[in-house]
Amino acid sequence: MLGYILRRLLATIPVLLIVAVLVFLMLRLTPGDPAAVIAGDNATSEQIALIRNRLGLDKPILTQFAIWAGNLAQGNLGESFFFKKPIGELIAGRIEPTLSLAFATMLIAICVAIPLGVLAAYKHGSWIDRIVMGFSVLGFSVPVFVIGYALIYIFAITLGWFPVQGYQPLSGGFGGFVQRLVLPAVTLSVIYIALIARMTRASVLEVLNEDYIRTARAKGQVERKILFRHALKNAAVPIVTVVGIGIALLIGGVVVTESVYSIPGLGRLTVDAVLARDYPTIQAVILLFSGVYVGINLLIDLAYSLFDPRIRY
Amino acid sequence: MNAEPSILAPVAVEPAAPSRTVLMRLVRNPVVAIGSVVLMLLTLIGLFAPWLGTIDPTAINPSTRNKVPGFERTIRADDGTTTTFKHRMGTDSLGRDVYSRVVYGARVSLLIAVSVASISIAIGLVIGLVAGYVRPLDGIIMRFMDGLMAIPGILLAIAVVSLFRSGLTAVIIAIIVPEIPRVVRVVRSIVLSVREEPYVEAAIMAGTRLPKLMVRHILPNTVAPLIVQGTFIAASAILVEAILSFLGIGIPPEIPTWGNIMAEGRNLFRVFPHNILYPGIFLGLTVLAVNMLGDGLRDTLDPKMAGR
Repeated sequence: MLGYILRRLLATIPVLLIVAVLVFLMLRLTPGDPAAVIAGDNATSEQIALIRNRLGLDKPILTQFAIWAGNLAQGNLGESFFFKKPIGELIAGRIEPTLSLAFATMLIAICVAIPLGVLAAYKHGSWIDRIVMGFSVLGFSVPVFVIGYALIYIFAITLGWFPVQGYQPLSGGFGGFVQRLVLPAVTLSVIYIALIARMTRASVLEVLNEDYIRTARAKGQVERKILFRHALKNAAVPIVTVVGIGIALLIGGVVVTESVYSIPGLGRLTVDAVLARDYPTIQAVILLFSGVYVGINLLIDLAYSLFDPRIRY
Repeated sequence: MNAEPSILAPVAVEPAAPSRTVLMRLVRNPVVAIGSVVLMLLTLIGLFAPWLGTIDPTAINPSTRNKVPGFERTIRADDGTTTTFKHRMGTDSLGRDVYSRVVYGARVSLLIAVSVASISIAIGLVIGLVAGYVRPLDGIIMRFMDGLMAIPGILLAIAVVSLFRSGLTAVIIAIIVPEIPRVVRVVRSIVLSVREEPYVEAAIMAGTRLPKLMVRHILPNTVAPLIVQGTFIAASAILVEAILSFLGIGIPPEIPTWGNIMAEGRNLFRVFPHNILYPGIFLGLTVLAVNMLGDGLRDTLDPKMAGR
């Protein structure tokens, strides 16, 4: 068991290393001189040379990578060209809205999608099943920002139940925090619900044909318990896996949702950084998001082997 | 020319090409039918955009800024005659006709869908065949692909887009890059399982050269899964383009694309929601149609997955 955990941990190192190399090469692959891009249109050649020297762009590429990776390992993400601040500080200031949005979204998605998926599998072939499946295809097809604006129009502008845009930190009061978080989280959860409900349905459907389900029924077990105790528990591995894989969707959705709702989080930072061609910040954000994505999926993998006695490596 | 001894013929069972029965099943599948009809309609709309009662989608007109759907504009010609033009979907904040922009926007979306799907499959296919067949390269290629897949798709596209001057080509490249590893994985796993099949071994024993082995015996197995995957790539490409353009980092704003129309309509959304509503409906319907087509194709071509 310990060997497996260790092997799994070691296996993620090359993946993260490749991500780091890709992200590093990104800046160097820019057409033209990155120093000139950073310096702007009105810079003199001395200023450009100064920037090139300060960034170490005049050194051999392997040396550059070594310096960059060394700084990274010490937690030094560099300095933002555009915001003129250490990137670590920049990210720290933006992380609360993004984390709140992500957690609220996951909470809503899991609470809605899993019962829906179980129900669809139980009523396989019925109109409930068709509605759930139809919703799921629809959820994959309508872009996040269209859902966002539709919800804003209905619930904020027409009905006036929620504020149109904005974010209030948790320290500013729980009520306002939740009120401003509901619409963005519901918006973002649609695609996630579609994904999880679909996988839950498929996975429970498969398990419902197993002998032990028939045995449970024969014993006279209540249907509700059969579904949630026997079926869902055994169908859990693919569901949890898809929750992990869906983090990638969630991260992409965060970028868009934060723009729609003017939430000052990491997603908004990413877009601002791209618009300003602020490469160090883009690099840092991508590294952070990818690290989180890989890390969560690693944890999920490890959790199976701990909780599911059928999985042994 | 045929070097294969006839004695091997019964062993060498060829993978079935999409036969007439498969086509019949596809035609009868209502999901495929609806999806295809919607897509055909959209293709026609895109192709015949200039003749669908549209005006120049990039024409800026300060006198007709922010008009609601149904607004009629009188155009006075040089000889004194007047005609009225009805802005069916209203105008945007630069006075451009939203209906014309939406209709022309279909062109960009379909172009992106087709080009991204075909290019990423072509590149993925080559890399996947190499990874699956040239053992020493497999490890290196797949680790590289794992690295690419560890970066969430939209984020990777955003990063790639930031490397280029904004434009159609940059957006297409940016959407292709995150899709390639997914194609490579599928192709590689098919190659790995097919190369152990008796008919492939038989062909090797019979002295079939590598290029012919690939084309005749291995490639046909990838056709069905890649058609299905290509459809889903097309759907996601349309979405990602719209997202990039909406965020203001995609296709230059003067080009009419659904994402651009919505990006333009963001600021005045509270008063004039039509700038988001109409392109949103078109975008959602298109992606829905492509996804339905993909689901139907998967159910028909891969019966194991039916109803999932």
